[in-house]
Amino acid sequence: MTKVNITLNGKAVSADVPDNTLLVSFIRDTMALTGTHVGCDTSQCGACIVHLDGESVKSCTMLAVSAEGAEVTTIEGIGSAESLHPMQQAFHENHGLQCGYCTPGMVMSAIELVGKNPNPSDKDIREGLEGNICRCTGYHNIVKSVQAGAQMMGD
Amino acid sequence: MPEGTTKDGIGAALRRKEDKKFLTGSGRYTADISRPGQLHVHFIRSDHAHAKITSIKTDAAAKADGVVAIYTGEDVAADGIGGPICGWVVTNRDGSPTNEPPHPILANGKVNYVGDHVVAVIAESLQQARDAAELVDISYEVLAPVVDLASAAASMQIHENVPNNMYFDFELGDEAAAEAALADAATVVELDVRNNRLVPNALEPRAALAEYDPVDESYTLFTTSQNPHLTRLVIGAFMLSIPESKLRVVAPDVGGGFGSKIYVYPEEAVCTWVSKKLQRPIKWTADRSESFLADAHGRDHINKVRMALDANNRITGLRVDTLANIGSYLSAFSVVTPTILHAPLLSGCYEIPAIYTNVRGMATTTAPVDAYRGAGRPEATYLLERVMDVAARQVGMDPAEFRRMNFIPKDAFPYQTPVALQYDIGDYEAPLDKALDMIDYKGFEARRAEAASRGKYRGIGLSSYIEACGIAPSAVAGALGARVGLYESATVRVDPTGTVNVMTGTHSHGQGHDTTFAQIVADKLGIGVEQVEIIHGDSDKTPFGMGSYGSRSLAVGGSAIAKAVDKVIDKAKIIAAHLMEAADSDVVFADGKFTVAGTDKEKVLSDISLAAYVPHNYPHDRLEPGLEETAFYDPLNFTYPSGTHIAEVEIDPATGVVQLVDWACCDDFGNLINPMIVEGQVHGGIAQGVGQALLENAAYDETGQLITASYMDYCMPRADDLPDFKVDYTVTACTHNDLGVKGCGEAGAIASPPALINAVINALTPIGVTDMSMPASPEKVWRAINDATQAQAAE
Repeated sequence: MTKVNITLNGKAVSADVPDNTLLVSFIRDTMALTGTHVGCDTSQCGACIVHLDGESVKSCTMLAVSAEGAEVTTIEGIGSAESLHPMQQAFHENHGLQCGYCTPGMVMSAIELVGKNPNPSDKDIREGLEGNICRCTGYHNIVKSVQAGAQMMGD
Repeated sequence: MPEGTTKDGIGAALRRKEDKKFLTGSGRYTADISRPGQLHVHFIRSDHAHAKITSIKTDAAAKADGVVAIYTGEDVAADGIGGPICGWVVTNRDGSPTNEPPHPILANGKVNYVGDHVVAVIAESLQQARDAAELVDISYEVLAPVVDLASAAASMQIHENVPNNMYFDFELGDEAAAEAALADAATVVELDVRNNRLVPNALEPRAALAEYDPVDESYTLFTTSQNPHLTRLVIGAFMLSIPESKLRVVAPDVGGGFGSKIYVYPEEAVCTWVSKKLQRPIKWTADRSESFLADAHGRDHINKVRMALDANNRITGLRVDTLANIGSYLSAFSVVTPTILHAPLLSGCYEIPAIYTNVRGMATTTAPVDAYRGAGRPEATYLLERVMDVAARQVGMDPAEFRRMNFIPKDAFPYQTPVALQYDIGDYEAPLDKALDMIDYKGFEARRAEAASRGKYRGIGLSSYIEACGIAPSAVAGALGARVGLYESATVRVDPTGTVNVMTGTHSHGQGHDTTFAQIVADKLGIGVEQVEIIHGDSDKTPFGMGSYGSRSLAVGGSAIAKAVDKVIDKAKIIAAHLMEAADSDVVFADGKFTVAGTDKEKVLSDISLAAYVPHNYPHDRLEPGLEETAFYDPLNFTYPSGTHIAEVEIDPATGVVQLVDWACCDDFGNLINPMIVEGQVHGGIAQGVGQALLENAAYDETGQLITASYMDYCMPRADDLPDFKVDYTVTACTHNDLGVKGCGEAGAIASPPALINAVINALTPIGVTDMSMPASPEKVWRAINDATQAQAAE
């Protein structure tokens, strides 16, 4: 067991966990934040994406102990039902989600993508989301959502 | 649009009510739910395709840290636990029934596919269960695997009561008439096609959490289901012998289904069974590898197609012989999918006087195969729309014009096909023409030439499809072998203050029912959608319903809701008449207001509902208090969506990569309730069809190992594999439901694979390529190009 201390959505948290605990398990099971999802076991689907010191990471591919001292932001930390983040609002406006399972990872990826490239082309977005699988939408409306989200984040 | 349309009502592209919880991480999926004291189960699965179990030693594992119990097939048999049942069987050509082998929830002496459930290890933590599983020693006597579908009949028999590995031998149509048409044909067109095997891959893996309450001796099962009432019925009545009234099944937020979450699987039954034995909640969550191995797969047919044309190129007959891979056990709708949902679709949009088909359902030592988005209809459409292109090429006609001249004319409805269905309404030329315009079909040859100047092969391909949604009526389905009804239910409860709860027997796992159904209710009652709550997925809260699949939710479930609302309005009008001291016949309900003709008297819904629940001034002599109505709706016929999809591709001969450069489709779904949601369904369906045609393939090696069992090996469509889609509609309203709706969930997946393969072949026809199997992977396409160019060079 190792004590892990991180800043999670702006709050300092710590817990003793087995050394082999994945960051996604720490977030979901230890901290009971279930918005971060697990969709595969090979780092392909992106449902588990969170921000680690501002960079998007697949939290299923990282040990919780490796995040020691880091600032971790999950989908619960970027907006609320009363005050959606512009990217969340853009997904809502553009029907960028259906079953909702890939959505947290997709939104976290999109925010990072736009942070690095404030005016992405459709091609930039499609290539930038290559690490996120959605089975429902065919991506058409996700691309529209990210375009709209980029616009709203820039305003 | 119907009268009473509000800005949020029927026809409005209303943003979804359910979005915010998903966008903020507040969705509540089964794996998100935990119970105090819960135990975790890990399933040890067979790593052999076909083997006898000679021994299972669990002593060491039982002593491992955290292990609470270990169960095998012997325990299942000792407790008399039944297996998942087949929900629909067919009668064979010779009049005999479908052969139904047993399907124990933990293998009893024999395993029949890689992934078959052998041992359940239950521990305090999942990690402990997994660690202990390593200590379980299972010995197998390996048997010959049965992997190849074409030779399955001549391979080792898998089940005692399934001779020749044939579960069923089904036929439909008039064999003599079809053969006569082929004998008399001016042109006979022949095509062998394979419909490749797919893994549905809903992004949320299956999961279950079962809890037993010893106080009232009842169970609660949270599970990833598209139809919680069916799950309750099957687990309660057929597997665990639990009174249905003592089993509550909750399907909370479910992360996609596409068919794979219709069926009852062994895992959820094991959790339920063990929760009572151990008096602790039992939780299971699949990892993706388990989903690949043990979710029901889709498609996997081999078809031999022969089509007859007369001298005017009109179709005169069709014969299709199909081998369907059903896999190791009969999953719930594995039999109906390649038969009743396949054979009647073989007339497509066309006038074909004589059709005959034979479908043989084969057992193999692979995962069970069942309905996957489209379920039988994509397989039928694929072979038909492929052979249509081959026929057009063979007789030298444009494929669009060949289709057009063979369409059932729009004045021919209702149209009786020779394969059992009666199409109520349609107009197939209108969406064809619109789609051709949308993609600039006339300008294609110029685009082909321009692409050639860049060294690319450009191709265009189309598919004009029909599908049959909202399977019904129940009595007909029953006569055809269904063991379930096919109605849907709804309860509409108006609260005292005028807000409305709607309990539906359907289930939403991405389709947006919370919004679409609220629009119907709001529109009919003249209230805001924010006043309407849709409740689904909980057998304790909703009336018995059949769930969501087969694009049935709106056409059947929405119609049930509309009927229940009509009953509410009928009752409310009588209450209004009483309150306003008017005759019933003088009360008019429109725009949410009850008025008395010729007066300024007026009541709104909340006035009526308050009077219904506080009935001080109330027509007690005529009505019971309250304002709540239930309707069950059993449709009179299937609904028949149709349309045309057109794909345009460019192929790089250096790499064989097929780039999808444009997509245009025009669908006729009848009336649209929420066009934004409909368009999303079309997009998603096309993407899955593109996946089948270009990227996805579930492959077993000759020993029966699934060699595409992760996202590293099974190619899912990604954002950069797809273009934007051009989507439009024409409307012929369904004639036999009040909403005039048909269903839209599967159309994209049905229409798109043949359009895409036709486009690939069209691109390569100039160099002599005439066939392409799915998926049209870069390697396959590159080889085809090289073989063709070498053959041309040799001439």
